Amino acid sequence: MSEQMDQTLDQSRGRTQQLVLVGNGMAGVSCVEQILKQPHDFDITIFGDETHVNYNRILLSLVLAGEKSPEEIVINDIEWYQNNSIRARLGVKIARIDRENRRVIDEDGGVTEYDKLILATGSSAFIPPIPGVEKKNVHVFRTRDDTRALLEKARPGLKAVVIGGGLLGLEAARGLQVRGCDVTVVHLMETLMDRQLDATGGEYLKRKIESLGIKVMLPQQTAALFGNGRVDGLRFASGEELEADLVVLAAGIRPNTDLAKQAGLDTRRGIIVNDYMETSDPHIFAVGECTEHRGQTFGLVAPLFEQGRVLASTLNGTRTQTFEGASPSTKLKIMGVDIFSAGSIHAGQPGVEEVKYEDPSLGVYKKLLIKDNQLQGVILVGDIEDEHQYLDWMRGGTDLTPHRRTILFPPRDADPGLEVAAMPDSETICGCNGVRKGDIVQAIHKHGITTLAGLKERTRASTSCGTCTGLCEKLLRAVTPNFQEETRTTMCACVPFSYEQLRDIIKGQKLKSVEEVLTVYGNRKGCEVCKPALSYMLDMLWCGDHEEDRSARFINDRVHANIQKDGTFSVIPRMRGGVTTPDELRRIADVADKYNVPMVKVTGSQRIDLLGIKKADLPSVWKDLGMPSGQAYTKGVRMVKTCVGTQFCRFGVQDSTSAGIELERRLENLFTPHKYKMGVVGCPRNCAEATVKDLGLIGQEGSWQVVVGGAAGKSVRKADLLITVETTEQALEASDLFFQYYRENANYLERTYDFVERLGIEKIRKDTVYAPDAEKRDLLERLARSKKLSKDAWTEGENPVNPTQFVQIEPLQNPAMRIEASV
Amino acid sequence: MTDQIIWTAITPVENIPPREGRAVNAGSQEIAIFNIGGRYLTIENKCPHKGGPLCDGIVSGTSVVCPLHARRFDLETGMAVRATEPACVATYPTKVEGGVIYVDLAGARKAYEDAAA
Ligand code: SRM
Ligand SMILES: Cc1cc2nc3c(=O)[nH]c(=O)nc-3n(C[C@H](O)[C@H](O)[C@H](O)COP(=O)(O)OP(=O)(O)OC[C@H]3O[C@@H](n4cnc5c(N)ncnc54)[C@H](O)[C@@H]3O)c2cc1C
Ligand code: SF4
Ligand code: FES
Repeated sequence: MSEQMDQTLDQSRGRTQQLVLVGNGMAGVSCVEQILKQPHDFDITIFGDETHVNYNRILLSLVLAGEKSPEEIVINDIEWYQNNSIRARLGVKIARIDRENRRVIDEDGGVTEYDKLILATGSSAFIPPIPGVEKKNVHVFRTRDDTRALLEKARPGLKAVVIGGGLLGLEAARGLQVRGCDVTVVHLMETLMDRQLDATGGEYLKRKIESLGIKVMLPQQTAALFGNGRVDGLRFASGEELEADLVVLAAGIRPNTDLAKQAGLDTRRGIIVNDYMETSDPHIFAVGECTEHRGQTFGLVAPLFEQGRVLASTLNGTRTQTFEGASPSTKLKIMGVDIFSAGSIHAGQPGVEEVKYEDPSLGVYKKLLIKDNQLQGVILVGDIEDEHQYLDWMRGGTDLTPHRRTILFPPRDADPGLEVAAMPDSETICGCNGVRKGDIVQAIHKHGITTLAGLKERTRASTSCGTCTGLCEKLLRAVTPNFQEETRTTMCACVPFSYEQLRDIIKGQKLKSVEEVLTVYGNRKGCEVCKPALSYMLDMLWCGDHEEDRSARFINDRVHANIQKDGTFSVIPRMRGGVTTPDELRRIADVADKYNVPMVKVTGSQRIDLLGIKKADLPSVWKDLGMPSGQAYTKGVRMVKTCVGTQFCRFGVQDSTSAGIELERRLENLFTPHKYKMGVVGCPRNCAEATVKDLGLIGQEGSWQVVVGGAAGKSVRKADLLITVETTEQALEASDLFFQYYRENANYLERTYDFVERLGIEKIRKDTVYAPDAEKRDLLERLARSKKLSKDAWTEGENPVNPTQFVQIEPLQNPAMRIEASV
Repeated sequence: MTDQIIWTAITPVENIPPREGRAVNAGSQEIAIFNIGGRYLTIENKCPHKGGPLCDGIVSGTSVVCPLHARRFDLETGMAVRATEPACVATYPTKVEGGVIYVDLAGARKAYEDAAA
């Protein structure tokens, strides 16, 4: 007795009750988080039979698809357990509950006593009773270890079959397909995601999934898996067969109730809980997928977080909250496949009206189920932007009468701030974590949050599936006066991947056109940011051997001239090294006369600009000039400025003019992440400003300095020394190496002055001029391949890529018109 | 006011490549016709900002981005997208018959003025 007193005095917060959690998953740990938010007197132990710390199971799909690393999906790391004095017993499975003595016994016989016990054992993949499921290479997809096992097997060309066309099956299929597997989804029902979609919605989804290159077989009942020890294929009830090297079972889940059943708790499909999350034993509680509440079991996290909140309030004695069940809403996490479904979506109940919209060519389908003017359910395919509006109407039981006219396309405010401002505080922003608008606004004010990262940390919003990130950002922007945008890591909202990921994806998936990338990894539309960036990336990765899509290029790159403020163009022919001839100058003068060129100007890059040319005149201007394109309009090789060097200058120690002309010849007509300008000077007096160019060669007595990353534009930066070499040929080779390295590794629109600074000259040296010979050879080889397929863009003047490339269309004369009565 | 539509034959569909626009001289006005995946939409070829040639813009779904300063317009309604103040270009009824694009040149409509009226 006195000992206990001492202990209580010892521990300032007097933790006396033993709280044991079985199940280190999403629901259980989120309940513990809620408990920790309030003062409490629990001494907490968590058992998890997985060996990992608490992680976000939802995001395993993205791990499989390579969009996230396993480390990135950790929710609470080991320090979190330590900081909160929680004993984490990872890799330990509880075998039995001894209710009488209030203790749990683990598989190794270890005994842990409890005052309060939470069961959050989740569920397991359902293994359908098909002969052959025990064979090798038949997997499930539920845990980090399952995911790792799949990743170890997946490789290009592998024939993978996913049994089950629900959310999990489709996400597994997509993940494997991204890894290059040849994937087929086999589904028992007529409709994919039949729990969330109707037949039409399922048909739209099927088409979309097939357009990604995943095969779909419906309805198809698997009768057996065959193969000698290892699976070789599937036999269907129809008698058909399908070859398979790998099978993933995604045919549903079953709540883990064994522990509860053995202990004699009330269970049916799940562990039965009341509105306070209490089981039939007053000392035992349950949350998560293992529970059954009012006859309902769960398979999505949003209601489970709600359960966790309720249980926390039960356990801390306030009992202020009750769990009332949940109407589930589902979203598919496959990039470019937008599916949203909520509420009861199956028609046919009396008094339920269906309001529908379909646009097959856009792949958009919307269906709303309305009863007594209230929204009962919603299916959105292809366009899910209004999901929050619908959810809000559904949850609030809003009378839809005033919205009926525009119900399929609820009007949006032009200013996104207004849209979020108009949302009620009760509206859920992050469905995965159950974070409402009110929670976010409160957190922003209370903690002075100014960044998305800060918001994530404080509220958990947008940390799970990530689909509410845009909304969170809008809210931040609207609420906080000093919102700080995060440095952008993804290409753009249309293609939400980093440059590095995209390079891997395009290479791995052998994508060869902008449209393909946008269809499979983007929002199908693309924009002025991602389209040119992807065009560049494809050109660089395939060394020019790809499907060039002019529509994805900025106008300058469609007509090979620089658009001006009045819609005319400027023409700058190539004048290598800034050296020209009387003949060229005469032709330039003639062109200027013939086309009434408003201005002829010597540019800052040692060449001549003809400004104010009409688009339609471009081909003939180029022809009359008889000079190649100077690429002054594009993200590509601009020019090499040179000085007169040893040819004329009394100080010259290297032939900078010849070296510069040769350098320009080697690299001209190639595209780069941003414009690329060079300079070659015959001595360190540096008359052609080589030290402030993307690449410069500086002549010295008996050697060349090769310098990179210089700038004298928006910013001024002195170039870094890459290497000093003896011969001109060596200097040119070093230039080639750096050039190709920049092409392959810089982000689009990253000029060398930023690139060199980001990577550091040391790393660049190691990866280029001091790289192993094999690597250097590879770089040079890829450069040579690109160079071979490159061409002077102005040859398109005579061979346009389409008949109207440079043309302003005139209406047809004949048949001129048609007159019709208007309707 | 007549209740007739005069459809002017403009050009064979193949003259406008997918996801690109082309300018057309139509008497006193210049229009831009876009091919957005087999559908043809017409707007006036002049950005309300500083007169940029919208025919030369990058197409994004059913909108076009002005090549000069990246204002964006919805091709179906002519309305500026994501703009801070209302702006729009005129749209023209457009149809395809026998592989030829027809435009009702007298049918210019401005969503914003309509709304204001
Ligand atoms: C024509 C020219 C000015 C001149 O009359 O001399 C020129 C004209 C333009 N420059 Fe430049 N720059 C010209 C030499 C330069 C130089 C000098 C040089 O090349 O040595 C610089 C500084 C060096 C550099 O590139 O950093 C220069 C730094 C810029 C920049 C800032 C780049 C930076 O990142 O610092 C821009 C804006 C950009 O690229 O984002 C720019 C952008 C432009 C654009 C293309 C703006 C645009 O996007 O429309 C101008 C096109 C005008 C037009 O209507 O055609 N121009 N510009 C020069 C053409 C050179 C050539 O023959 O190809
Ligand atoms: C790939 C994938 C994608 C998903 N995508 C979505 C989505 O987009 N949206 C959504 O809402 N939901 C999604 N889900 C479902 C979501 O992950 C689950 O609803 C959620 O994880 C359930 O949480 P839980 O805590 O109840 O169970 P779990 O997270 O499964 O946690 C239970 C834990 O208890 C452990 N355990 C069980 N028995 C014992 C024992 N006797 N002793 C010790 N430990 C034990 C288990 O090993 C497990 O670690 C997805 C699931 C998967 C697998
Ligand atoms: S400095 Fe360059 S970008 Fe600026 S106005 Fe002159 S030419 Fe145009
Ligand atoms: S002229 Fe179109 S955006 Fe400026």
